[in-house]
Amino acid sequence: MILEAEQLSVSFGGVRAIDEVSLSIAAGQVFSIIGPNGSGKTTLFNLISGIYTPSHGCVRFAGETVTGLEPDRLARRGLSRTFQNLQIFSRMSVLENVMVGHHRHEDTGILADLLHWPSVRRQNAATREVALAALARVGLADDARRASGALAYGALKRLEIARALASDPKLLLLDEPAAGCNPVETQEVDRVIRSLVKDGITVMLVEHDMRLVMNISDRVLVLARGRTLAEGTPEQVRANPAVIEAYLGDHGSKEAARAFG
Amino acid sequence: MPAIAIAALVAILPLFFPSGYYYRIGVLVLIFSLAVVGLNLLMGFAGQVSLGHAGFLGIGAYSVAIGPVHLGLPSWLSLLAGALLSGGIAFLVGRPILRLKGHYLAVATLGLGLLLAIVLTNEARWTGGPDGMSVPKLELFGWSVRGATAWYWVAGVTFVCGFVLALNLMDSPTGRALQAIHDSEIAARVLGIDVARKKLAIFVISAMYASVAGSFLALFNGYITPDAAGFLRSIELVAMVVLGGMGSIVGSLVGACVLVVLPQALTVFHDYEQALLGLVVMVFMIFLRQGIVPSIAGALAGRRK
Repeated sequence: MILEAEQLSVSFGGVRAIDEVSLSIAAGQVFSIIGPNGSGKTTLFNLISGIYTPSHGCVRFAGETVTGLEPDRLARRGLSRTFQNLQIFSRMSVLENVMVGHHRHEDTGILADLLHWPSVRRQNAATREVALAALARVGLADDARRASGALAYGALKRLEIARALASDPKLLLLDEPAAGCNPVETQEVDRVIRSLVKDGITVMLVEHDMRLVMNISDRVLVLARGRTLAEGTPEQVRANPAVIEAYLGDHGSKEAARAFG
Repeated sequence: MPAIAIAALVAILPLFFPSGYYYRIGVLVLIFSLAVVGLNLLMGFAGQVSLGHAGFLGIGAYSVAIGPVHLGLPSWLSLLAGALLSGGIAFLVGRPILRLKGHYLAVATLGLGLLLAIVLTNEARWTGGPDGMSVPKLELFGWSVRGATAWYWVAGVTFVCGFVLALNLMDSPTGRALQAIHDSEIAARVLGIDVARKKLAIFVISAMYASVAGSFLALFNGYITPDAAGFLRSIELVAMVVLGGMGSIVGSLVGACVLVVLPQALTVFHDYEQALLGLVVMVFMIFLRQGIVPSIAGALAGRRK
């Protein structure tokens, strides 16, 4: 198991946003979290990636307990993520954004950086290589020199994936990578995720696009009001009456039909 | 490339100076530019404001006064000691206050600047109090640096060095991390950047730039008062950064140049000098809101398309 969470809980102002959620993810899987809006998907991501500290429960990453560890520490152990609301470094070029992703592997001191020692030049060149390769993987190689602000929304989503990839993660948390994407861009996201898994990266996915989720996932966890409603293979989840009801109740039949039809 | 261009500019400019007075203005521009480059690293690149940077300027200024007068140290050693002291204070104070963001950080650094200025004013036994104290001339390898022309070259070489170091830093892993912190701290953290450590490092470097500039200012003027460390001086430095362009190292030179030269040019208006200065700065900010250099660069890039 690359990631195990036991009885995770967190409360905000007396409301239990996540209530005793447990999960375990085997290496190389695509593990998706679905659920109606406000069911706690992103909160769960924030707990696992160290942005929130759980009030109860524990998280183990690659066999070690990492509960309450700062996000940068987790990142240096190989856990990276993207954001639902984009967090692009908008003053930097597309390439520079992805170069920042490689930071945890960069090995230069601040004095060397100030003096631009040969080690820094070598590091810059190596980082650029990694960044260009990551951009190529998400299909943005031609945009490397552009200002990041000039990219379309769907491209920015993939830019965040490339940036996370440049950190060479073991586990990658993708928060709604296909939100706001057109069908072509969603296809692209699908292709990228499959290629990640092929390279041995474990992917944890929060996504509303049910076709994408059901196509690509090994396991699916359904959250409702911060609790685990169901967990299993896409087929099991699709057939689960409680899941259908949760979607019908909260979202209307249209989404349920699209999701499970 | 920009480094060579700036070095050439600094070297060639004196050919157009009609009188020694222009050397004096040139020296002031170069010294302030050095402080502004340092502050721009902190504000423009890392996105952390400091309204107390004149405090470090003051430490540098008084170190080259107190060192030779009270402790018998050579000026250059006092300058280095001042820079280390400024860096040390920035390191100790930066830890708690750099956790703060935006306005809260602004007020905390404001407090730091006021505190340093008050210490310099009150420790009259060492600093001469509000009257200030005279500063012995700088001696370098037996050469006594005196006169605006000599100072122009000393300040010029130092400024170009500071400029190159700043450019180097920005094109390095640390520089990229700092720019990332400016745009999204949370994204920087999940990519493994130790945000607190990087902020502290740039705060220390930035304080040392200000300190060296302060030492030069004191050595050049031959006299120092606590005003050098005062609140208005801090505001002036911030205004230079913003006017020239946040995140533009070349802009730091332009910002310092405008705010040093303009008051001289406006003296013909006598009583209205300050008012006109304020007006000109306002107009600059309204029409070139990203600062002079980035706005003009952006307009040129836009036209090329």
